[in-house]
Amino acid sequence: MPVLDHGREIEDRWTDLADDAALPAEGGVIVSLERWRAERDALIARGQPVGVRLKSNQLATELADDLAHLGVVALEFPKFRDGRAFSAARELRERFGYKGEIRAFGHIIPDQYQFLTRLGVNTVVVPADRLGPAWAHALTEISIAYQPALQDHGTVSLLRRHLKPEVQG
Amino acid sequence: MPDTTVTNPRSNQPADAHAAVYRYDEFDKTFIFERVEQFRAQVERRLKGEITEEEFKPIRLMNGLYLQLHAYMLRVAVPYGMLDSTKLRRLARIARVYDKGYGHLTTRQNIQFNWPELKDIPAILHELAEVDMHAIQTSGNCIRNVTTDQFCGAAADELVDPRVYAEILRQWSTLHPEFTFLPRKFKIAISGAPNDRAAVQIHDVGLIARKNEAGEIGFTVYVGGGLGRTPYLGTKARDFVPVPEILGYLEAVLRTYNQLGRRDNIYKARIKITVNEMGPDKFIGLIEEEYARLPRQKYDLDPAIVEAIEQHFTSPPWENLPAVSEKFEAAKAADPAFARWTRSNLSAHRAPGYAIATISVKPIGGIPGDIEAEQMEAVADLAERYSFGELRVSHEQNLVLAHVKQDDLYDLWLGLDKVGLGTANAGLISDIIACPGLDYCALANTRSIPIAQEISERFADLDRQHDLGELKIKISGCINACGHHHVGHIGILGVDKKGEEFFQILLGGDATNTAALAEIVGPGFSYDEIVNAVETVVSTFVGLRQQGERFIDTLARTGHAPFKEALYARA
Repeated sequence: MPVLDHGREIEDRWTDLADDAALPAEGGVIVSLERWRAERDALIARGQPVGVRLKSNQLATELADDLAHLGVVALEFPKFRDGRAFSAARELRERFGYKGEIRAFGHIIPDQYQFLTRLGVNTVVVPADRLGPAWAHALTEISIAYQPALQDHGTVSLLRRHLKPEVQG
Repeated sequence: MPDTTVTNPRSNQPADAHAAVYRYDEFDKTFIFERVEQFRAQVERRLKGEITEEEFKPIRLMNGLYLQLHAYMLRVAVPYGMLDSTKLRRLARIARVYDKGYGHLTTRQNIQFNWPELKDIPAILHELAEVDMHAIQTSGNCIRNVTTDQFCGAAADELVDPRVYAEILRQWSTLHPEFTFLPRKFKIAISGAPNDRAAVQIHDVGLIARKNEAGEIGFTVYVGGGLGRTPYLGTKARDFVPVPEILGYLEAVLRTYNQLGRRDNIYKARIKITVNEMGPDKFIGLIEEEYARLPRQKYDLDPAIVEAIEQHFTSPPWENLPAVSEKFEAAKAADPAFARWTRSNLSAHRAPGYAIATISVKPIGGIPGDIEAEQMEAVADLAERYSFGELRVSHEQNLVLAHVKQDDLYDLWLGLDKVGLGTANAGLISDIIACPGLDYCALANTRSIPIAQEISERFADLDRQHDLGELKIKISGCINACGHHHVGHIGILGVDKKGEEFFQILLGGDATNTAALAEIVGPGFSYDEIVNAVETVVSTFVGLRQQGERFIDTLARTGHAPFKEALYARA
């Protein structure tokens, strides 16, 4: 599925692995939290990049002790209205100091894209039939923010800051 | 578009230059016009089918646009109820050009228009933006318009001006990246005075200003209050949060709720349910844990920010006046109808020689809170002439002129009376809060407005109303309780019984410091019976009351039994 970074489609270096799918010989994989827990040592020993996906009812805390091993944490939006992943992203960055990739997948609409990037999400997985200029445009529509977040530029004060459009290409 | 700002002939300033409203700077203006254009593009994407109605719904809701029974409804934010005459004239223009010539004041101090068309919404939002207004977050599962005391900045008992903090919260919550897809809506109310006129305990978060032993200002924080189908009064989460820490503390409250609030059932998704299912102590403990680990300095409110916002809410230049106005006293003596109005519609002002005037938007037999474009313009004129061009919307669906010289009160009342806004009934039995009910709302089970109108007609005699004294009737057309029936002295709840409208009576609710939830008194009444039933409750009170007692005082003394008996004994 297409992956957007800064509003632009990029080549995905991760394979999203179902719980019953065999591990590929090469390449980074994203597994469920359950599989990560069951196969943690093997996944680390594999010596290839690994990431974990969290369902929206799984808090960032679940991964607190594992983050050093993870190249990506993928946050699921089962429905775009389910906003728990916004807090998960923020906790990963602000509370746990996670520096790796955070991606959002599932049902997401362009109108949420800027919120996601402000909270430290790097990449968004978008079904091919939902791609379009709205995604890049969404990062440019609002240039002002009234509260601190994570990837803001041009901080003026607690309540007033300018956002830099994060569109590339 | 013509500039509607009226200039005071004696100065170069607009007549509402001293109105205490937050005035947008370049930063705010950039934001608000970007937001209008963003919505314009979203409407286009919807019309082209690029997004589904399901996906468009929260987008339009976050811009104040509901789909009601017959049409769209646009709810415009009146931040913490504050308006100036320029804004009110613009609302009048919107009512006239894009709607059917009237607007409706809401229990959250906002104003809504019931008949706009989707294609006109971006233009309406643009017109609002031109006068520093918007419809952002007046709906949707986000932090809603912050409400406060309609007498702020004028009441004598105020510790801090709540508008300063309400504005800070407005800015902080505007398009908050983390808290815009919450489990459910989130309402914050703030009182700057120890006497709570903002009903903070029936809000998701309620803040009451207080001083600690060291003399520092801060807030007592309540969480988990709310009405709806499962009413709760808020639980005290913290006795004192110092002013600089308030945003950080609220971040902790919201983050805890966003992660743990229920999303499986819309009726159990408010924070009040989470607090009470989990147990208040446990939930408050989680908030404290979250707060303890927040990067505190990131959220601490710089005193310079508070000072900058305070500049928007300085007191108008009151004159030094004697405490007693001879002109006022003479007018009361000469005109009993005016004297009656002064008894119900005035409140004490902190400056000698001034008064706070409540403009009743509850004419006898009228629709509670409905106000016509011409009335808005007349009130804008009167506000400029007599109250520094400033006015407020109260949660009781009335308007308030907060700074009127006692010398001017008679002329003000004559001007109000001329446009049907001089009714002497503030706080009395015909000053009814009612939800829109089945006349507009897609959720309603019953009508609400016609019941309010009939009760108002039944008790039309103002002398009788004054004799009855303070008596608050609140009517909701379904259990979602938008008409606040749980906190009415007499609450009326409409229910559907096999396709027929029935109305339950609740007694003893209170939305002030002595907050209490009303209790259902017995089986419901039919549409034809409900007004008689209210009359029975009222006559029972009159028979029982002792010298000086208000309805709720008598009820507290006697309990519900005599009222129950009067209502049901005959059956």
